[in-house]
Amino acid sequence: MSGLVIEDRERHLFRVARRAFTDDDVLAGERDTIFDRCWLYLGHGSEIAGNCDFITRAVGGRELIFNRDRGGAVHAFLNTCPHRGAMVVREKKGNALAFRCFYHGWSFNVNGRFASRFEEGNYGKEHYGGGCADLTQVPRLEQYRDFWFVNFDRNAVPLADYLAGAREYIDLVADQSEAGMEIVGSGQQYVINANWKLLAENSIDAFHGFPVHSTYFDYLKNIGSLRMEQGGSDFTARGMSNLGNGHAVIEYASPWGRPIARWVPSWGEEKREVVEQLRQGLVRRFGAERGTRIAETSRNMLIFPNLVINDIMAITVRTFMPDAPNRMTVSAWALGARGEDHDLRKLRLFNFLEFLGPGGFATPDDQEALENCQRGYRNAREVGWNDISKGMPRSGPPMNDDEEQMRCFWRQWRDRMEGAR
Amino acid sequence: MSPDAGLAPGLPADQSGLRARIEDFLYLEADLLDEWRIEEWFALFAEGATYEVPPTGEADETDPATSLFYIADDYVRLRERVVRLSKKEAHSEFPRSRQRHMIGNVRITGMNNGVADVTCNFVTYRAKRGVVDTYYGKHVYRIDCAAQPWRIRAKRSILGMDMLYPGKLTIIV
Repeated sequence: MSGLVIEDRERHLFRVARRAFTDDDVLAGERDTIFDRCWLYLGHGSEIAGNCDFITRAVGGRELIFNRDRGGAVHAFLNTCPHRGAMVVREKKGNALAFRCFYHGWSFNVNGRFASRFEEGNYGKEHYGGGCADLTQVPRLEQYRDFWFVNFDRNAVPLADYLAGAREYIDLVADQSEAGMEIVGSGQQYVINANWKLLAENSIDAFHGFPVHSTYFDYLKNIGSLRMEQGGSDFTARGMSNLGNGHAVIEYASPWGRPIARWVPSWGEEKREVVEQLRQGLVRRFGAERGTRIAETSRNMLIFPNLVINDIMAITVRTFMPDAPNRMTVSAWALGARGEDHDLRKLRLFNFLEFLGPGGFATPDDQEALENCQRGYRNAREVGWNDISKGMPRSGPPMNDDEEQMRCFWRQWRDRMEGAR
Repeated sequence: MSPDAGLAPGLPADQSGLRARIEDFLYLEADLLDEWRIEEWFALFAEGATYEVPPTGEADETDPATSLFYIADDYVRLRERVVRLSKKEAHSEFPRSRQRHMIGNVRITGMNNGVADVTCNFVTYRAKRGVVDTYYGKHVYRIDCAAQPWRIRAKRSILGMDMLYPGKLTIIV
């Protein structure tokens, strides 16, 4: 699968074939070389906070159980009965001492061990001793700062190596609360009729901010929440970073409020002191520079291939899986400080919904853009290439509204699809 | 079974007159949305009113302070939602979709000082570029019937789907 990404550094040209977004063979290639090989986000440890808690989740085209056993150890199992294949756990979440397949009653302990007591003579010795009747673990399960990932390639590099420079930015999110961070509620799940890579691009794309989201900025202005001082709302100010392995981030001063810990007038004077105390706390813990960076700076990060952590007017953790070349299912969650003050939590969620999610003032317009691109690719026989060259002639560090972060993604995609891992 | 089975305690057995008037009010609301007369639609809401769409699969009483909703508007944000939807830069609704709001199973579940608690089922269709999205579920209203004219104090649209198959909630369901 080659020739879909063309980079010509001398002519400052970077092009991606639109076939990469529409072709069934490309998706099949992605399943083999990307989703079966890369570390994929499974969930946050706070979603299974208690012993014997479980959730079920589709990741990388598989159905998985993500759970804690009686001793609190974390597991990820392939959610299929070793007997005849039925999904053993059918609820979205819960707490259980054992899992029981409803089809023929095979039961499993929460550590995956076969636990049915059938009369002797039904099965041979191997059935009980050899593990062949146990639930199958995912080949690899590792975590960084309570973000848990799976890998279906037993020989993959360790997660920490894979994350490379992304660890620094995950730290900036995870360090926001001394008590740790947690997923709030059950999250949002929705379908977009577009190729999954369009959302990967869009999630770290500052170039589209003003054209697509003017109504959001109008809204901030209307309610008196647009704070333009402190380096202003210059999205290009701080710049993007290549985090390695296809991961990239943009970081910038933003005009919106941040529940950790940047106050805006529409929150009211009574919140001002509380939020200022949070900011002071961060400065005390991490020093002026890092503390202020955590509090004031927004960041959009893509971890290749399909995890987005955007620490903006709230923190959204978002992952998405292709169902078909022109369709994906998105799962998005709000992340907040563990044990957060009730009013601040309320503010965080209010802030989240202003911009983010399918009912927000911005995300629906992103979805519209993505679906419009997908539809535009019907013209691919005559107009076959996307242009992702913005900023290539620049000699200094790339700006946020350049497209170098997308090029980081596409180079990794190309290398994996062309087998040059 | 007693003749008033299914009625909320304290409600008169024969509430068909009041229900008919409430139905008329809800049909008016649906019509304003169908016709994209959203400023007039917004005017049906009392100052301080809220409009909410909770996450699917959670209890009807879920609190937007502790759970991530799809929509949790206070009165100011609801007004701004209407302002936004009126602009051509609200790209997801430009060109505008066509829609039809259907309402049924209207029930009065409580009445206090002229303020009625009302539930009804809904199906809302949204068509754009040959794609029809269907939203369905239950509305829970608090309607001030003592005000002149009547005003909505709260509307909560509880989706019946188990996730959002149409990817967005750009119309008011």
